[in-house]
Amino acid sequence: MSEKKIKNSLVEGPITPEKIAKSIAHHQVKTNIGAHDIFLGQVRADEIEGKQVVGIDYSAYAEMANKVFDEIREEAFSKFDLTCGHIYHSTGIVKTGELCLFVFTSSKHRQMTFDATRFITEAIKERVPVFGKELFEDGKHVWKVNK
Amino acid sequence: MTLTIKYFGMTAEGSGKTEESVHSNYSSIAELKKDIINKHPKLEKINFKIAANQTIVNEDYLLSGDEEIALLPPFAGG
Repeated sequence: MSEKKIKNSLVEGPITPEKIAKSIAHHQVKTNIGAHDIFLGQVRADEIEGKQVVGIDYSAYAEMANKVFDEIREEAFSKFDLTCGHIYHSTGIVKTGELCLFVFTSSKHRQMTFDATRFITEAIKERVPVFGKELFEDGKHVWKVNK
Repeated sequence: MTLTIKYFGMTAEGSGKTEESVHSNYSSIAELKKDIINKHPKLEKINFKIAANQTIVNEDYLLSGDEEIALLPPFAGG
């Protein structure tokens, strides 16, 4: 069995709107696509015990995370009739209001992209070893846990 | 047998380490886990899963060689 090169889905720092725009532009040459769907995760200023979250410091078990991102992408391709599927997740500090997750699916028709984006996003939350330290202004932190 | 133990998030904070090597002949994950908690007592209160060579395994998983073991606290991606 040949070793498949696994794509790096982890991005240092926030995912910028420019990266998203560029990614959309790259797909304009693929004229068999009729629908794109995008999910963006944004860091929320949660209030925990009277203190406001100012950002999340993400860390990941990178080798395993990329392996699981790849498995999820492969599963999405086998379940749904996709033309393209991309996943990017931040590591390091992402401030409130900034983006930490970008899921981008493309297909001939809309329904497949809606279903695939939901599948990929839910699978990421459940299966990818990414950890989040919710930071407060006073320098203290709590660890975020996905519900 | 040399095991590489990796710690992340809460387990890194609790052990004060991100990685360490352990030379020993543990038979199962359960045995290794007991020893790790003895060494880093703060980990006892932390809920974590264990991965062997980047795949989550049960406590009865049998260690067979130089494996990479990771202590994974609850996920927070997305």
